[in-house]
Amino acid sequence: MKNLKALIKPALLLMALAMLTGCSEKIAVLNPQGPVARSQYHLIIWSLIMMSLVLAVVLIIFVYVLARYGRKNSDGFDPNDTGNRRLEIIWMVIPVIICVLLAVPTVKTLFSLNQPPKATAAQAQTAGESLTIDVTSVQWKWLFRYPGQKIETVNYVVIPAGTPVKFRLHAYDAMNAFWVPELGGQQYTMTDMPMQLWLQADKPGNYDGRSSNYSGKGFAHMTFKVMSRSSTDFDRWVNDVKDNKPALTHEKYMELLKPNTVKAQAFSSYPAIVAKDLNKAQMEALMNGESVDTDSMHGMDMDHESGEGGSQDD
Amino acid sequence: MIESIKSFMGWFFVTGDPMIYGADASIALASIGIVAVLTYFKKWKWLWEEWLTTVDHKKIGIMYIIAALLMLFRGGVDALMMRAQLTLPNLHFLDAEHYNQVFTTHGTIMIIFVAMPFIFGLMNIAVPLQIGARDVAFPFLNALSFWLFFFGAMLFNLSFVIGGSPDAGWSSYAPYAGAEMNPGVGQNYYLIGVQISGIGSLATGINFLVTILKMRAPGMTLFKMPLFTWSILITSVIVVFAFPAFTVALALMSIDRLFGAHFFTIAAGGSPMLWANLFWFWGHPEVYIVLLPVFGIFSEVIATFAHKTLFGYAVMVWSMVAISVLSFITWLHHFFTMGNTAPVNAFFSISTMLIAIPTGVKIFNWLFTLNKGRIQFTTPMLWALAFIPNFTIGGITGVMLAMAPADYQYHNSYFLVAHFHSTLIAGTVFGIFCGLHYWWPKMFGYLLDETKGKWAFWIFMISFNICFMPMYFLGLMGMTRRMYTYPAGLGWTPINVVMTIGAVGMGVGFIIMAYNIVWSAIHGKKDKTGDPWDGRTLEWATSSPAAEYNFAHIPEVSTRDAFEAMKEAERKGEADSKKPYAPIHMPSNTGIPVIMSAFMFVAGFGCVFEWYWMAIPGAIGVIACMIARSFVYDDHHFIPVEDIERTEAATGRLS
Ligand code: HEM
Ligand SMILES: [Cu+2]
Repeated sequence: MKNLKALIKPALLLMALAMLTGCSEKIAVLNPQGPVARSQYHLIIWSLIMMSLVLAVVLIIFVYVLARYGRKNSDGFDPNDTGNRRLEIIWMVIPVIICVLLAVPTVKTLFSLNQPPKATAAQAQTAGESLTIDVTSVQWKWLFRYPGQKIETVNYVVIPAGTPVKFRLHAYDAMNAFWVPELGGQQYTMTDMPMQLWLQADKPGNYDGRSSNYSGKGFAHMTFKVMSRSSTDFDRWVNDVKDNKPALTHEKYMELLKPNTVKAQAFSSYPAIVAKDLNKAQMEALMNGESVDTDSMHGMDMDHESGEGGSQDD
Repeated sequence: MIESIKSFMGWFFVTGDPMIYGADASIALASIGIVAVLTYFKKWKWLWEEWLTTVDHKKIGIMYIIAALLMLFRGGVDALMMRAQLTLPNLHFLDAEHYNQVFTTHGTIMIIFVAMPFIFGLMNIAVPLQIGARDVAFPFLNALSFWLFFFGAMLFNLSFVIGGSPDAGWSSYAPYAGAEMNPGVGQNYYLIGVQISGIGSLATGINFLVTILKMRAPGMTLFKMPLFTWSILITSVIVVFAFPAFTVALALMSIDRLFGAHFFTIAAGGSPMLWANLFWFWGHPEVYIVLLPVFGIFSEVIATFAHKTLFGYAVMVWSMVAISVLSFITWLHHFFTMGNTAPVNAFFSISTMLIAIPTGVKIFNWLFTLNKGRIQFTTPMLWALAFIPNFTIGGITGVMLAMAPADYQYHNSYFLVAHFHSTLIAGTVFGIFCGLHYWWPKMFGYLLDETKGKWAFWIFMISFNICFMPMYFLGLMGMTRRMYTYPAGLGWTPINVVMTIGAVGMGVGFIIMAYNIVWSAIHGKKDKTGDPWDGRTLEWATSSPAAEYNFAHIPEVSTRDAFEAMKEAERKGEADSKKPYAPIHMPSNTGIPVIMSAFMFVAGFGCVFEWYWMAIPGAIGVIACMIARSFVYDDHHFIPVEDIERTEAATGRLS
């Protein structure tokens, strides 16, 4: 029985390795398509190597001990073997070293993710050096506002490849999380605290995004596409939206704020109220004719550029 | 009139789903069946006198374990329903609302109504025996803790058929869990049910803290205590410090929902993030509350069946102390992605990684306890051995999750789900199964069958790996937790199929274990010696099952592994001569805990539905019970010497 057990673990590891190498395009996180995801990928692989070493040591000792002392009449039984200072110090020190080896790149990556990635492509005329997009999660859809271009999309977002994109994240109602695994890790969207996430795609391509934080009935359908395009294609797309898509009217906007799922859509302009990033409570107050105290959010606002050291000041 | 009754019934009872009607019918049938059997065999009096009013820690422990096993069944059925729904893309076995309720009840039940009460059950049975005590420090409080847990769990489970289940996840994040986005009574059930049982948990923590500090047998200094008792001592400290945060959080959210306050709402300056902080300030220590005790169980079982003293006892103790301290400064790793500054995330990344050090030390100490041992592969030992590699996988993926930038990719994905099941199942569940087989003879006086136990073990353990190893990859592929369905074409289907097969296998393993319990109750080998495993600690020094008073003479302890030392002395012929018995002072049974908790249930049910005409009398009932208890002066009795002699003679211990 114990032989069987000894076999299971290596077999699982082999299977894991086969899956890692065999179908890694399907494994989004292990198939990074931008600098942010890549820096996280490096960290993941590094930790995987260190942790496999730990697992290997544990398994080797485990199998050895069971094979050696699990037999019916094994010699070497020693009931007085109750401690060994030297060994205990060794297995205290080695984990400390491993933790240091993991902590240093962790902290480095953590700070570097606050900075925009380096642009790798000629900039799009309509975007400039970096593009800012305001993202709002509404039960159960994603609204993308391009403040520089004055256009709005729903459930899909087009970005210029090779250009850093700053996503500013808000929630209208429930908390969600904005996640595009091939481009980088997630951030929550919240009603009382805007947050930001830098992402960048290396090449033109389409990437799946979804909400990763549960927000109710339609949550599983709360997906969006990220379309990375060359600079010229991006410019063309912006102009096309401006020329050919309908404007987002106030009524239509209020319609979008209702909890439901909708198709992908684009708008050539949006009304001023959209840019206020009101949450549900503030919007309802406004509709009831009460004055909305948007300043009360100011203390938590991390939008002003001084806060580069962290994603928020307080 | 008829119409309004109809509409009330339609709102009060959950309707419209065949599964719910099935549940209604089976609950009704089971209740009628139980009442009929009890009446037919005239067992009502027996039930009341032997069980409902008992303050005996061993019986309370057994009741905890029975309730936890039933809840494990319910939580397991929830798990299988989820796996059935996710086997293939776009299935409609459960709809979104139903799935959301099922994962919420699954998570809540597994943590609050399975893992914790099972551990409380085992510690009730073993700790007083291990320290050579006759009961816990506060027997009345102990019974009250159990009944509060029991009625809290009943209230929570009632949501399935009356009013509707909660659906905001076991973490119940604001603002989604608030009244605006989550109307109805489901979330109230979560808040009140968990609150009631949480009060019981807090009391248990205090009770065992005092019991272990004050009631040890003469000679048993702290560093001579068995490791399981140590683990419970440390766990009790964590309970005492962590639970108040949860109590407060639940109370504040209840006030939000029932009385329209704004602690966690979007409107009026509420702070949803405050909930996350309060919840996880309890929630992270909570995972150690269900982990440290099983570390203790494994330490006992591995030492017993390697026939060696535990390797590095002092380091084992200090590493648990270190874990308990660190467990209070890592809570933020549950929301690295909630906009914390880089220095904050860096601090919590590192504090989380640090926990891996004492945990790793423990793993190596277990391995070296086995080294140079005489390993005996009994069923409890198999669970303990399987724990080592399987839990190590959970541990190393935990370190990976601790690295904040990498966690941005793992968070909320199936990678996370796989990680916490690797620790909760390979740790807590393996541990409680291990402890169940190990202490079963002490509880009931007979052993569980080894062959069937081993079958259950292998099937469960292998299926666990089939279910949860592939899950890591599913997370890296981008599947998030709490999705009720997924589209085809993402490459997720094969893994989901494999996982469902594994989940069914775990169900089969559990059924074999249940069958083993029934079979062994009839055919199981009797344990006449009280020491079926050649144990090392004091619980094996008394008969199986232990007499009401545990020990006729309180044992005197001079070393660790006290019972092993006694046996050694006996082998050398140094056993001390027979001492005369003295009458034993024991606490008397009382019906107040169960009645008071039933009133609590009534008050809780009233609060869930905001029926204050019901809640207020319930609360008055609770207070009346407290007052009644304050006037009970005659709360103990003495067991006369003749009774002790008769009991000891019956187990062949009258030397
Ligand atoms: C047969 C064994 C089990 C299976 C197949 C299973 C399956 C699952 C699945 C599929 C989920 C994810 C649901 C989702 O995100 O959509 C889940 C969540 C969860 N499970 Fe289990 N589980 C099992 C046993 C356990 C045990 C023993 C525990 C705890 C002691 C546990 C604790 C949890 C928790 C806390 C969650 C999170 C619930 C939430 O998201 O609110 N599970 N389980
Ligand atoms: Cu934690």
